[in-house]
Amino acid sequence: MQRLARTNRFLDQTIDVRTRLMVLVAAALLLATYFLPLWNLTMFAPQYPDGLRLDIYSYTLVGGNNGQDIKEINVLNHYIGMRDLVNEEFTEFQWMPFVIGALGLLMLRAVVHATVAALVDVTMLFVYFGAFSLWSFGYKLYRYGHDLSPTAAVQVPPFMPPMFGGQQIANFEVYSYPRAASYAMAGTIVLLLAALAWTWWQARRAAPRDAIAGPAAS
Amino acid sequence: MESQRLHAWARVLILAAAAAAATQCTPSRPASRAGGAAVQSDLAVAAQATYVAPGDLDQYYMFSSGGHSGQIYVYGLPSMRHLSTIPVFTPYPATGYGFDDDSKKMLGELTWGDAHHPALSETKGDYDGRWLFINEMNGRIARIDLRDFKTKQILGPIPNLHGNHASSFVTPNSEYAMMATRFSRPVPNRPVGVDRYATEYKGIIAGIKIDPASGEMSLAWQLLMPPFDYDLGDAGKNASDGWMFFTSYNTERATGKLEVTASQRDRDYIAAVDWRAVERAVASGAGDMIDGVRVIDPQKVPGLVFLMPCGKSPHGVDVAPNGNWIVGSGKLQGVTTVFNFEKVQTAIKNKDFTGEEDGIPVLKYESIKDAEVPVGLGPLHTQFGTDDWAYTSLFVDSAIAKWKLGTWEVVDKAPMSYSIGHLAAAEGDTVSPDGNYLVGLNKLSHGRHLSVGPSQPESSQLLDITEEKMKLLYDAFTEPEPHYAQIIKADKVKPIEVYPKEENKHPLAVWDINQAGVTRQGNRVTVKMVAVRSTLTPTDFEVAAGDQVTVAVTNIEQTTDELHGFGLLDYNINLVIDPGETKTVTFTAKKSGVFAFYCTNFCSALHQEMQGYMVVK
Repeated sequence: MQRLARTNRFLDQTIDVRTRLMVLVAAALLLATYFLPLWNLTMFAPQYPDGLRLDIYSYTLVGGNNGQDIKEINVLNHYIGMRDLVNEEFTEFQWMPFVIGALGLLMLRAVVHATVAALVDVTMLFVYFGAFSLWSFGYKLYRYGHDLSPTAAVQVPPFMPPMFGGQQIANFEVYSYPRAASYAMAGTIVLLLAALAWTWWQARRAAPRDAIAGPAAS
Repeated sequence: MESQRLHAWARVLILAAAAAAATQCTPSRPASRAGGAAVQSDLAVAAQATYVAPGDLDQYYMFSSGGHSGQIYVYGLPSMRHLSTIPVFTPYPATGYGFDDDSKKMLGELTWGDAHHPALSETKGDYDGRWLFINEMNGRIARIDLRDFKTKQILGPIPNLHGNHASSFVTPNSEYAMMATRFSRPVPNRPVGVDRYATEYKGIIAGIKIDPASGEMSLAWQLLMPPFDYDLGDAGKNASDGWMFFTSYNTERATGKLEVTASQRDRDYIAAVDWRAVERAVASGAGDMIDGVRVIDPQKVPGLVFLMPCGKSPHGVDVAPNGNWIVGSGKLQGVTTVFNFEKVQTAIKNKDFTGEEDGIPVLKYESIKDAEVPVGLGPLHTQFGTDDWAYTSLFVDSAIAKWKLGTWEVVDKAPMSYSIGHLAAAEGDTVSPDGNYLVGLNKLSHGRHLSVGPSQPESSQLLDITEEKMKLLYDAFTEPEPHYAQIIKADKVKPIEVYPKEENKHPLAVWDINQAGVTRQGNRVTVKMVAVRSTLTPTDFEVAAGDQVTVAVTNIEQTTDELHGFGLLDYNINLVIDPGETKTVTFTAKKSGVFAFYCTNFCSALHQEMQGYMVVK
């Protein structure tokens, strides 16, 4: 009971200006993800010395070479019976921008309300969101590499495209790495966790007197 | 005994003969070439100078006329690699040229042309990399757009003018290209006996107006000229901007065995045409309509044309970069003549004439000449380098002479293998020549290559002209037959690599496989076809015998180098469609049965599967 009360007291505490600034910066970083790609896939082959490039944003796919690369990737993939990489296939693009927006608003709420509870809420939600997005991305790659048409001209064993790093797939060297928006999100998480840790550490520093005073009074 | 004596004598005789042979034998090579091949270090330098490593790019484009092949060949310099062929006046199945409706219509009834003088479009006398013009003998001139290296227009055969040799010669701001008669004939054309050649036959000089925005050519005017053979030309520039110069031979007005009869006079003429004055005359309504063309007779409108005497049977006339010197090369003499444009103007003003030809004044030779440069035998053409250097090809001497404008000093000669005709220096006919490279376009190769039988290739030889002595770098064996070539800095030409989808306005274009298909109106059948790796959609279609069929193929690729073909067997049809392009072919389905069509231009791993059938019922 005491512990719960202590936690509740902690949650009801306000966060200091420095922490609020950290959360504000985290929100700004999150805003940047609208303008930056989350992930990049680049494929090299002897015939494609300059590579075919695909940038994934939170709301769209963007091919390199003015969008031509994504058409080329689809033309090539149709030989192995892979589904077209088109925006319509990605339900994520429908909800992700809104979730990011909502999380941003929650961060601003934490800045304005300045309670530990608000900070904890948004941090936890953001960690869940990040984890789910990564899983979702990985699952998408898995499905693309496994749902191959049985009548495809070229039969290849189902495969898992790389999520992080490089891999040789037939004549292609495929590289997959996070890009700026992912780093911004990582930064957001780091800032939120740091804000939380800072607040908790400050509470701990202030708490002993209460904690000691409590039992002594009883 | 007797026989032994005989043997002894025989031995003596053989020994004597051997001794004589050893001391007096005919040399195996001429004394002038006694030096033999270039020394080893020179070869290494030449090899390095021309070596363009795999994947690296050349510094210059050379657009070489293909002569009676009717085409233009594109080479890269300094490697001299043949990069591509631009079909112009002759069908070329490799690109489907002359098989689709548009190019077939452009070629008309002629499937042959004798292409001569490529002329890059110019701005302020310098190549601007927009268009390339080329003439051909059947009274035609073509425009190639350097945005896609495709022939966009063929103008002609134009009326009145016969044997369009003295062409294309673009003016400094691409206002005009020019055409002129080599084979005079009655104007308008009618059957008149050759015995009345001198009076009834006429030459024509035609101004071809170039639209400054689109490059579209139109026949603006013609000048009625004496029946000479107009041979070559060059547009005035800088000081002489506004003038055109044409050489002529057979000013004897002879017929029959011309090699004799047309070589009697010591001097023929360079016709100087004030084309701005012609423009003004046309604007004021001068001239008569002959066969639908405004033709001006210089007898009736004085001041348009003047004749500059030039010895002997001149071939090339080339205006120096400053525009003030005009170099006329008399092919039957040992000098090339340099005229001074300022002096030409003064002579015109002072009426310093020595006679006239059909009312056209002949300027006094001594009054307009600056120099007779002793370049060597058979001078044909002159190109220019930096620092007032001039390079003249010598057909008879089989060499190039290097000489200096102003001092008229001949400083070097480079032997050519063999019998050089034209020559082309890097941007060597512009107001600012680059120097660097010079290419001799030789008529004969005489087995300087692996034997390919009696029909031998031409030879084009690359020279380094950066130093005092010209240095031979490379032998290339070019398609017949380079009459002239122009060399342009590579970065001035900016071609596209695919036709952007949004620019394709073809009414029969389809970009979606689902919209491909067959429509019929009476006996006219239209097949809208999509080509994309690796299917031609629809994969089959049916028509009835006698139907007029139009197949419109759209290559919906936007990837570089993803060309597709549409070859229809037994129907003499082969289209090649570039990425983003739509081409149509219209034919009557005369033969019934089943006919395969397939992609003729290797495209992908499943190229062999890119095929289908036309069923004619």
